[in-house]
Amino acid sequence: MLLTVVIFLPLVAAGVLLAAPRLGGRAAIVLWVAASAVDLALVAWMWWRFDPGPSPAGVVGGPAYEVDLQWIPTVDAGYHIGVDGLSLPLLALTGVVFLACAVYSLRESHRPRSYAALFLFLQTASLGTFAALDLILFFVFFDLTIVGMYFVIAGWGHGNARRSALKFFLYTFVGSLALLVGFIGLFLGGEQRTFDMVALAADPPLANSPVAGGLVLVAIGLGLAVKTPLFPFHTWLPDAHTDAPAAGSAVLAGILLKLGTYGFVRIAMPILPDAWQRWAMVAVVAGVVSVLWGAFVALAQTDVKRMIAYTSVNHMGYVLLGLGAAGLVTPADDGARTIATVGAVYQMVSHGLLTGALFLLSGVLWSRGHTYTLDRWGGLARPAPVFAASLAVAAFGSLGLPGLSGFIAEFQVFTGALQAAPVATVLAVVGILVTAGLFLLALQRLLTGDTVVPLDEDGADRLSTRPEGGGTATATRPRTATVMRDLRGHELASIVPLLVLAVVLGLFPRVLLDVVEPAAAAVVQLVAR
Amino acid sequence: MNEDQGAEALALLPELILLAGAVGGLLLGLWTPQRRQGRVRAVAVLACLGSAVAAATALPDPAMAVFEGTWTIDTTTGVVRITVALATAVAVLLASASVAGHPRETEAYVLMLLAALGTVALAAAGDLLLLVAAFLLASFPLYALAGFAKDARGTEAALKYYLMGAFSGVLLMLGVTALVLATGTTGYPTLAVALPGAAAPLAAVGVLGVLAGVAFKAGAVPVHFWVPDVTAGTTPAMAAFITTVPKLGAVAAAFRLLAEPFAAASVDASLLVAVLAAASMTLGNLAAFSQTEVLRLLAYSTVSQVGYLFMVVAVAARTELAVPALTIYLAGYAVTNIGAFAAVAAAPAARTISDWTAAVGRRPWLVVSLVVILLGLVGTPPTAVFVGKLAVFSAAWDGAMIWLVVLAAVNTVASLFYYLRWITAGAVGVSAAPPAAGDGAPAGPGPTVGVVQRTALLPTAVLHSAAVASLVLGIGAGLWLAVALPA
Repeated sequence: MLLTVVIFLPLVAAGVLLAAPRLGGRAAIVLWVAASAVDLALVAWMWWRFDPGPSPAGVVGGPAYEVDLQWIPTVDAGYHIGVDGLSLPLLALTGVVFLACAVYSLRESHRPRSYAALFLFLQTASLGTFAALDLILFFVFFDLTIVGMYFVIAGWGHGNARRSALKFFLYTFVGSLALLVGFIGLFLGGEQRTFDMVALAADPPLANSPVAGGLVLVAIGLGLAVKTPLFPFHTWLPDAHTDAPAAGSAVLAGILLKLGTYGFVRIAMPILPDAWQRWAMVAVVAGVVSVLWGAFVALAQTDVKRMIAYTSVNHMGYVLLGLGAAGLVTPADDGARTIATVGAVYQMVSHGLLTGALFLLSGVLWSRGHTYTLDRWGGLARPAPVFAASLAVAAFGSLGLPGLSGFIAEFQVFTGALQAAPVATVLAVVGILVTAGLFLLALQRLLTGDTVVPLDEDGADRLSTRPEGGGTATATRPRTATVMRDLRGHELASIVPLLVLAVVLGLFPRVLLDVVEPAAAAVVQLVAR
Repeated sequence: MNEDQGAEALALLPELILLAGAVGGLLLGLWTPQRRQGRVRAVAVLACLGSAVAAATALPDPAMAVFEGTWTIDTTTGVVRITVALATAVAVLLASASVAGHPRETEAYVLMLLAALGTVALAAAGDLLLLVAAFLLASFPLYALAGFAKDARGTEAALKYYLMGAFSGVLLMLGVTALVLATGTTGYPTLAVALPGAAAPLAAVGVLGVLAGVAFKAGAVPVHFWVPDVTAGTTPAMAAFITTVPKLGAVAAAFRLLAEPFAAASVDASLLVAVLAAASMTLGNLAAFSQTEVLRLLAYSTVSQVGYLFMVVAVAARTELAVPALTIYLAGYAVTNIGAFAAVAAAPAARTISDWTAAVGRRPWLVVSLVVILLGLVGTPPTAVFVGKLAVFSAAWDGAMIWLVVLAAVNTVASLFYYLRWITAGAVGVSAAPPAAGDGAPAGPGPTVGVVQRTALLPTAVLHSAAVASLVLGIGAGLWLAVALPA
């Protein structure tokens, strides 16, 4: 029951927002912050009461806060939700990132009421996907996140937002339909004809038909790979990120990408263990290619936001490397494979926090100068020291510096995967070097040197006395200033907590490991069947 | 009439109520002054509701065939009865916005009731001759309704519809004749026994002809050419009726044919219908891409929807998942399609998408409901059509037609293109535009010039109800399915 409240509380708040047209914009955002805060508090309470237990709880039986109601009995699809060590960290991450976005958006002036309602709707959809223990329920929430994010990008984006939103919708919708086809395959392949994930994981369908199992895994893997996104299905990501509003990007990268990787560890691995073992090397290769491709393409970007977007492809590649290694049963022992799985889940949480912070910081750049181009900025450490410090922490965390959460995650992925796939792991470590290089380069360009700040259009109008007088000057060289306003209160209050959490997870990993490890061990055992 | 026949007649109570409503409405209309013909509307709506209630109470009864096996009453018939009756009631209300005070108002309602009756007969037919009669009863009122406005577009639409219908009717009768020649019987159960041993060419002609007739009523490729013209030529309310109600009966009739008599025929009727389904969804989608007129867009969208419905027809005899899938999709389609046309009717002066968005620019809830409805047509959860699509995909896969499932999935994505055009225009474009275009000078380059910025009340209510119903049917699928399909 508590879990149901957690999932639907944001939706109720969204309904209240829509039903109260007289509510002012600021009040709407405050209500959004309040609803998100209450929701996060409830998740924290769930975490507090959560007992991971010694047995492999959750994946095959007895998840916490379980609710199981019939929904469509003819196909045995139900409203089955629950929490285990895999979903709890992601539920908490969802709460944190959405609250950060709410605080960040306190000064949103463009139709704030619909904006808040849309994000609350997205929060319900994301929480529902992570809590779902039924394939159809999972799909329902999964699809609703696409719809919500489409409107966020199309309605509040900048640049070529409509086109990017359409591209995002089409790509991820293709993926979700492939996913649906795969789910139907699981349904028809099982002996008991059910969409219930727990029942399917307990008695895997298609165990004796490698071809059918492989095809179903292809469909599911394709759907999740588009969402994750893995090379070569990642092409929607940079566009969607570049044109989305900052909070939308933070949610898209921080939460929605996790739906894909979470689907691998929650659905593909326990329910299709046979096929996952057989094709684990494909996952490893896809992961490593994504790592390298993401890193090298990010290195070549001149646009801050596109660069961060490509590093997401890189980071999600590590997750797949870990999960793929967990499927290589013959060359690796259980311990190593568990470490790889734990690392993958850890990476999901870590990436959510750090990339969320990075995108919000890039949103600060946009609000000051209406451009993401790296060349237009420089020497920001002097006028905006807090911004510079936050960006540095987020970037170092993202490149995997020890002491921050990204290090714990990537270290475990490499440790766990080395035994099973040595070549792939060594190649992936190269990706770390490239990422380090590109982040340092970006920090150097943005923070050091002479202070260069582009003037936004409003500022330019205010400063120029004669409109036509400045025309010749701007034609050759964009006008710049040497002042930039540092982080404001709401920006500080949204970005710093994300970074603090990343540091906490980097210094005290047991907080999260205690929850994740039993579940990861359970998944590894299930895969080894 | 002995006691047995009395009981059989009672089994047709829902149909009898519809008939009584039609006849009673006609008589009442004759004695009612023209200004007060609204009371005929009340009779029509009451007859529909009564029919739906009677059908609902008869739903749990075991399946039976009355009047010497010609009239089958089972779950499919029951669900079609209820859906058709409710859809007709809503369509009558929708139509009242445009025909109220019309000199032939009564006739419009009576024709709609008769067409509904014919549709139920199509769904219930367990005999080829009854199928022909039902085809005619479901067709002729619609020809009149298509040209009801007597304007140029309406007349052209009615003529096209009639010619196409006459042609298909001939094909249907040719098919029936061939089948009678081949097997010497018209009842489905005996046909099922005799058809596998019949002469192959005759059987093939028969199956093709009968399916052509049914496909015409369903508006499937290749006999779909009437759909866009009729839809765009009449009022949105009539278009809602014509593209929703007869389809329900036609698909159910095709389902019944495929499930029983054609299952073992020497021609692979299953594959034939699967090809029709594939062609319908693909061509419907392709044609919808370039449409800017909302009614034509919806017309092609209904053609593609028939494709999904025919998927389950194709596997009618192959899986026990088929009946639930058919009923869910039929009900979901009816609700969603009527909702979409109600959205058009809500802004009656608007013909193109940009007109429409301009007309409803200041009504955000209307746009929200439209988004729900259109996403419902796409098949996004948690709407009714999503549950239907899920069931249809499962059934088709289970019936060993995976290629059709993949094609349908691809088509679903393709359908996004044109639905999203409308959704985006409504949700994003306009709500951002009014401060710039709406308040400014009306002589701007926008599409608002000459469009009455007014929305009709009743269609708006229907649109909202349909959106809510689509969500309720989707989320509450378990509840109503448990009632409709007791295991």
